[in-house]
Amino acid sequence: MSKGITIYKGKVAYLDRSDVDTDQIMPKQFLKRVERTGFGQFVFYEWRYLKNGEPNPDFELNQFPGATILVTGPNFGCGSSREHAVWGLKEYGFKVIIAPSFGDIFYFNSVENMILPCIVEMENVKVLMQKTKERKEYYLTVDLPNQKIYDDEGLVVDFKIDQESKDKLIKGWDSIDLVLKFEDKIKEYELRRPSFFPSTKMGSLTGYDKK
Amino acid sequence: MPKTIIEKIWDEHLVYEIDGWYGLYVDMHFIHEVTSPQAFEGLELAGRKVRRPDLIVATVDHNVPTTPNHLPITDPIAKKQIETLYKNAEKWGLLFFGLDSPYQGIVHVIGPELGLTQPGMVIVCGDSHTSTHGALGAMAFGIGTSEVELVLATQTIKAKKPKTMEVRFEGQLQKGVYSKDVILALIGKIGVGGGTGYAIEYTGSFIRNLSIEGRLTICNMSIEAGARVGIISPDEKTFQYLENKPFAPKGREWEKALDYWQKIKTDEDAKYDKTVILDVSSVEPMVTWGTNPSQVQPITGRIPYLSEIEDEFSRNAAKKALQYMGLEEGMKITDIKIDVVFIGSCTNARIEDLREAAKVVKGKKVHPNVRAMVVPGSTQVKLQAEKEGLDKIFKDAGFEWRESGCSMCLGMNPDVLGEGQRCASTSNRNFENRQGKGGRTHLVSPAMAAAAAIAGRFIDVREIL
Ligand code: SF4
Repeated sequence: MSKGITIYKGKVAYLDRSDVDTDQIMPKQFLKRVERTGFGQFVFYEWRYLKNGEPNPDFELNQFPGATILVTGPNFGCGSSREHAVWGLKEYGFKVIIAPSFGDIFYFNSVENMILPCIVEMENVKVLMQKTKERKEYYLTVDLPNQKIYDDEGLVVDFKIDQESKDKLIKGWDSIDLVLKFEDKIKEYELRRPSFFPSTKMGSLTGYDKK
Repeated sequence: MPKTIIEKIWDEHLVYEIDGWYGLYVDMHFIHEVTSPQAFEGLELAGRKVRRPDLIVATVDHNVPTTPNHLPITDPIAKKQIETLYKNAEKWGLLFFGLDSPYQGIVHVIGPELGLTQPGMVIVCGDSHTSTHGALGAMAFGIGTSEVELVLATQTIKAKKPKTMEVRFEGQLQKGVYSKDVILALIGKIGVGGGTGYAIEYTGSFIRNLSIEGRLTICNMSIEAGARVGIISPDEKTFQYLENKPFAPKGREWEKALDYWQKIKTDEDAKYDKTVILDVSSVEPMVTWGTNPSQVQPITGRIPYLSEIEDEFSRNAAKKALQYMGLEEGMKITDIKIDVVFIGSCTNARIEDLREAAKVVKGKKVHPNVRAMVVPGSTQVKLQAEKEGLDKIFKDAGFEWRESGCSMCLGMNPDVLGEGQRCASTSNRNFENRQGKGGRTHLVSPAMAAAAAIAGRFIDVREIL
């Protein structure tokens, strides 16, 4: 079980784009692996590298090596449900992602993998991006219990996170362990589940191959 | 109090609740090769078991080759992924439709087709287009791999209670305009984040008159507006569609089911958190010009000038999109020439879609500069199309006729666009590099894709029908 997050300080990188989809974060050619690891090298692959395989100096993230906090535009992580995107961001080093909004599935996937998604007002995101751009070495401290983000220059901004994700991130809970405590309730539903809802035991597929 | 179908299904399936945490029971879990291996591995590492193997259906679709005589698979990594699912299915005793099964197909096409998708169910799959199944009145949504593991172990999924949005489509479509155009028009209107945090219910006279296949196309693209769930209350059309499907209830069970399905639909006077109304009679054939589905214009329109876009983020996004797409602001849509046509995907590769495309193609030839292919959504669709002779119409015109799979929708198999190639595609995502590195995707209806194949550029299909 992973350890929880309470207060975290790290270097910031920015990505000044809206609607960054998970196809960009983890291109499909890397989805064929059957492991959960090894995805960090492929994050933002098409943007991050030039055709000759060298890092693309124009790509924002390449200008902030060692960053662990990402500030970005609205609707980050929209699109495909691929959790490979989150595995990649995590292995790359990101612990916190700050944006005005997130794709729903991505948001869930992040929390499952102990990446903290902070929802910050658009105006404040713009300020954070501007500072990151200008300072080059910009650090933020994220205080999860109090839902505040500080820099070393006196700036304080609030962020939003739902209670469930907050608890999970602070306590480092394993979702499956938690749910298995509700075995009784799960069984209760199974008893009242409508008899006509399909199961693979019913059906009349003639000649299907159950290999 | 009157309730929406979303609230009713939610209440029926709620099994636990802690501090804003909700657990819903999952009635059917679809599995495919790409998002499941790590979940099975995690499950086994923790010494856990699959709770309900009988509520899981597995198939291979995302990275399977679709060229005729597609076996054996030559890509070793894809092969390993497919074999991993095969092994997991065998180990846990799952119903599995492999490459040589007549029921193989894109997971969102086979669920409805086999009657595994029914009104009132909660359905999940490790794929964002699971919203498709909502067309039959199921609450269906995409999940990540950790969640797949949670469902394998507990048969429940944690969810946040969504807000409800009614999207009311009124009116009648013009000839040559299809449900694909309607959903693109909606996304153009509310944006790719417009549905985030909501479950959308589609209502209105247009929906009531629409076939189940058209409804599947609409619900499929809910996620492109940010909504994990898109749903349509069941009605006579739904019941007729389901009757006699392999997994539909039979005899007395059918009667019980009908009764239940009648009750599960949205009550009159139920309230939604938000309502959006769109008159479909003014919708024209739509073509996306950018790199997300909200960057869309009617065929008679032009690409917007950047100065017309007020919001700064959207303007930057449009600028980057135009650069990527190799297009100019202000350009007419009908001036866009294309290199490839892809008719396929879980959005638009069902039998009705192929019929509409075939109507346009019949007796004509694919433009000499265009490579065109049809990839049926399932093996059943393929067989049906061949029975109707549609394959011959396509082949005679110069289309490639393929085995079923996701294919060029996401280019995980060998079907990819080359650098700079421009594609008229019936799929659902025009993201950068989606169909191949440097490939440029324009989303359209099957009829518009077919028309573009013949003309070599986008044309208004209404003019040739
Ligand atoms: S056809 Fe495309 S969108 Fe549909 S499941 Fe396959 S890859 Fe996903």
